[in-house]
Amino acid sequence: MTTTLYTSDHEWLAIDGDVATVGITDYAQSQLGDVVFVELPKIGRTLKKTEAAAVVESVKAASDVYAPISGEVLETNAELAGEPALINSDAQGKAWFFKIRIADKSELGGLMDEAAYKAHTA
Amino acid sequence: MLARDDKESLKRTPLYDLHVSLGGKMVPFAGYDMPVQYPAGVLKEHLHTRSQAGLFDVSHMGQLALRPKSGRVEDAARALERLVPQDVVAIAPGRQRYAQFTNADGGLLDDLMVANFGDHLFLVVNAACKEQDEAHLRANLSGDCVIEQLADRALIALQGPKAESALAKLCAEAPSMKFMDAGPHKVAGLDCFVSRSGYTGEDGFEISVPAGDAERLARTLLDNADVLPIGLGARDSLRLEAGLCLYGHDIDTTTTPVEAALEWSVQKSRRSGGARAGGFPGADKILAHFDNGASRRRVGLRTEGRAPVREGALLFADAASSEPIGKVTSGGFGPSLNAPVAMGYVPTSLSALDTKLFAEVRGQRLPLTVAAMPFVKNTYKR
Repeated sequence: MTTTLYTSDHEWLAIDGDVATVGITDYAQSQLGDVVFVELPKIGRTLKKTEAAAVVESVKAASDVYAPISGEVLETNAELAGEPALINSDAQGKAWFFKIRIADKSELGGLMDEAAYKAHTA
Repeated sequence: MLARDDKESLKRTPLYDLHVSLGGKMVPFAGYDMPVQYPAGVLKEHLHTRSQAGLFDVSHMGQLALRPKSGRVEDAARALERLVPQDVVAIAPGRQRYAQFTNADGGLLDDLMVANFGDHLFLVVNAACKEQDEAHLRANLSGDCVIEQLADRALIALQGPKAESALAKLCAEAPSMKFMDAGPHKVAGLDCFVSRSGYTGEDGFEISVPAGDAERLARTLLDNADVLPIGLGARDSLRLEAGLCLYGHDIDTTTTPVEAALEWSVQKSRRSGGARAGGFPGADKILAHFDNGASRRRVGLRTEGRAPVREGALLFADAASSEPIGKVTSGGFGPSLNAPVAMGYVPTSLSALDTKLFAEVRGQRLPLTVAAMPFVKNTYKR
């Protein structure tokens, strides 16, 4: 059973036990435009919440993706690194960025559920 | 983009309502509220311009008429030569030439297009510089010329391999025009100034049209299925792939035409030993650069990976050195090349093609190679 939560910086997290899969939202990709490059964190790196974890570059500009929670990077999406345009076609599915082991579940408390995120982007 | 612009103070071009109705994403640019992209997005807009045709609103740029008080256009040309290092006298009636206003240090105040319309000169200058350019012209040429700002005209660029066929439907003379031909023509029955030029590296036209008729003309061109509206985002990636300078980024008051690799734009007649050598602001410095070389040079840069290297990135001679040797002045992703492209200034000793350099991006040194420009072959109809 997974739960999806959102940050005000337009990342999504699918929580499954103590592992979260992280990506950027469909709203975020629509704002960025055509993504041409993505830089993912190294596997094994320990991220602190709000630290720059990945970079998304559109034709126009580069944007940081922040770690929504603290934890160790367990896996990154090799398919996404090879095909950054997946972010535009399937931001909240195939275009996940990385999986992170949740260091502190209490950090999830500050995140939004889908209804709250929808209100945030409305 | 200027951070100080606030939405209320932004000016609108005569095509503002069209942009909004087409779903343009409006952003501040050079004091105007301009479309950075339409729903198709930068990538599709860019590729469509290279394969079909794109319509660009460039009405924010300044249009000026320089009318000789003597009635002889060569007198206006001679007068303008006091401000630019180009051979203006040699521009034949119906022709256009790329030029730059120079300053006393040999730097560039703006770059512009100059056309000979038979009885006067027609100038197109950058939006961000247009007030300053007009003041510069008035301060220096008022004795010889009447300077008229053509604020009641819009400017539409139509670029790409289908531009000719799209315009031919509205302007019978368009197909017979050659690259850099320019003059008054009827387009859809309207009194326009048409030049076969643009800033994308593609064949195409720029059409100056009375402001009140601009939307009707743009909509008529957009009725052609080959023509899509194109925003500033793709305009920038297209001109970057074409190796063309963006004023305020790749050229400015600190770069001479020689440093900027724009020697081709300064005709022999204005260089040392030429019939009208010098006689423009900063001539001593610019001609010395021609005669003895400059210490730095604008070059094209290609990366090995897919990470774009953007404006402001510092350049290094090797992976470890702490002293930067130059800076990227324009950089991004080239959709037609499907790869990053950039340009920047490096010491002339490191400007040869295939020189290996490094750019610092997010704390890492990315390898770059000095590459020939244009990055994408231009398709001008000469």
